[in-house]
Amino acid sequence: MNYLFPNELHVTWTVMIVLYPYITGLVAGAFIVSSLFHVFGVRELKPIARFSLASAFVFLLFAPLPLLVHLGRPERAFNIMITPHFTSAMAGFGYIYTSYLVVVALEVWFVMRGDLIARAKGTGLAALICRVAVLFNYRDTEATREADHRLAKFLAGLGIPMACTLHGYVGFLFGSLKANPWWSTPLMFIIFIFSAIVSGISVLIFHYFVVSWINRWKVDGACVCTMGRYLWGFMIVAVSLELLELLSIFYEQTDKTEVLSSLIHTKLFISYVVLQFGVFSLVPFLLLAIHALFKVGQRMAHALIWVSATMLLVQVLLMRWNVVVGGQLVSKSMRGFTDYFPGLWEKEGLITAGVIFTAPFVILYIFHNIIHLFPGVEKKT
Amino acid sequence: MHCDSAISRREMLRRLVAGASGCLLVSVLPSLAGENSRNAKGRKPMFAYAVDTARCIGCCACMRACKIENDVPDGRFRTWIERYRVRANGEVLVDAVIDDDFVFKADKVPDAVKAFFVPKLCNHCEKSSCSQVCPVGATYTSPEGVVLVDQKRCIGCGYCVQACPYGTRYIHPVKHVADKCTLCYHRVTRGMQPACVLACPRGVRIFGDLDDPESQISVALKQRRYRLLKPEMGTHPRCYYLDLDNEVI
Repeated sequence: MNYLFPNELHVTWTVMIVLYPYITGLVAGAFIVSSLFHVFGVRELKPIARFSLASAFVFLLFAPLPLLVHLGRPERAFNIMITPHFTSAMAGFGYIYTSYLVVVALEVWFVMRGDLIARAKGTGLAALICRVAVLFNYRDTEATREADHRLAKFLAGLGIPMACTLHGYVGFLFGSLKANPWWSTPLMFIIFIFSAIVSGISVLIFHYFVVSWINRWKVDGACVCTMGRYLWGFMIVAVSLELLELLSIFYEQTDKTEVLSSLIHTKLFISYVVLQFGVFSLVPFLLLAIHALFKVGQRMAHALIWVSATMLLVQVLLMRWNVVVGGQLVSKSMRGFTDYFPGLWEKEGLITAGVIFTAPFVILYIFHNIIHLFPGVEKKT
Repeated sequence: MHCDSAISRREMLRRLVAGASGCLLVSVLPSLAGENSRNAKGRKPMFAYAVDTARCIGCCACMRACKIENDVPDGRFRTWIERYRVRANGEVLVDAVIDDDFVFKADKVPDAVKAFFVPKLCNHCEKSSCSQVCPVGATYTSPEGVVLVDQKRCIGCGYCVQACPYGTRYIHPVKHVADKCTLCYHRVTRGMQPACVLACPRGVRIFGDLDDPESQISVALKQRRYRLLKPEMGTHPRCYYLDLDNEVI
């Protein structure tokens, strides 16, 4: 039998709400990679540190866009900050997002100030942008560089708990909804943080390889191997947490076990069991294990890491889909399931999602044309 | 120092009295307008709702009345009726009317051993999840205990729709804001009954003031057995289901 409450025929949170935690996850993960270099001194990550910081900043700029598209009354969006209702977890969004954006923007500024000044001395639109960006202050001495470095390091340190807060908060939005048996778990925000780190490292590896191939740059072997090892570690934690959550649902045998079991075996079988776990978790796990545990040639190592990172990008997207959409497929009557798949051209459809997700890459390209995001990179001979 | 443009003492007093009278009128007007929403003790009533499930015949007159009274959009429901049919093997079949003809499908279940109807609506919870999660405070509880949506403030995020354990909320397809049962607030604060209560030919739906011990709902709750929906959610619903079967969620 399949019975839904009549208002549940319409899924309220669409693919936009899948995209929102996905993009914030990329932000949090990319920022943490940049902080591994700036704060924790992981020197191997230097070639990608600046790119990871710029990625975090640009993705952060676009993080609220899916939410704005989703809102029924986007013109009232700022009410969240002007008239917040603090019993709601969502009321914190504006403040958490804005404060994190300020920290990331300032860190970008302090890290790149020297390059901005150098670029500002040229001509053209890019130089004009740089002159405005440095607030027409072109002082660049050993002392200012030292001060910039200290401030950037402080902001990178401050940003780590803020990145975890931003993404943990997104997980908390779902995990704290007691009405939804698929979402309601205290593990949700921890799962979101770790999956964010996985997606952030993955997008950096994916992007680094792609731009290196396009520009015929040498890929820094030590850098990608270090990232590959981090990726393996974080993905093990993220997937283990998800499996633990699943285990507790089945082991506890509560009233929600039956309906969630049915959800997993029917509606989410392909996207959750087969794709998220069976293909896009297991395969990268094995590939990264080969890279981490066995001696392989550099070409093979790079291939293993790139394929794994690309697959893990899809895995995290699937995870977001299975959480956000999967949770809404279960009727609160506990007696049935609804269906959802986004249309192509509708307001909250696949084309809109594609444009929103592609936009940060375009902005990163423009950013790179103003300030080189991979300093010290060598061309292939 | 004398000034020609200065107002006289008499004029000053006249203006003061006029101003004070205006202030008084403004402060008294709202309470005059809501005079009917006060109970016999002069206090705001505490509205509640009861559903006598044993009496419902599934005619859907309440749904029709609600749709007309509140201009409920097609495909969305402020109230609905569920039909339960329990087969000899214990299997429970549940369905609801979701078409505009307001008629249940005439499919027979020959081996049904038990069948009944259950009207559903917003539970107007004392600790409503929807009010808690609204990021802008657009959902609130009125002094009479009715959970309402300020549609001029709602941003249409849908968080309340997700948080309601009873599936009673929806996003209005035209206004793009949250919408739900208001217990016909525009009627009950003028001393009238909600449209669904008036329309029910069997007296299934009971509405009244919990603070009035003589009210029909207070008497019913004192004398009859009742259940709340999903009490484990801790929302403390103010919608009471009399003689409710255990199959109903």
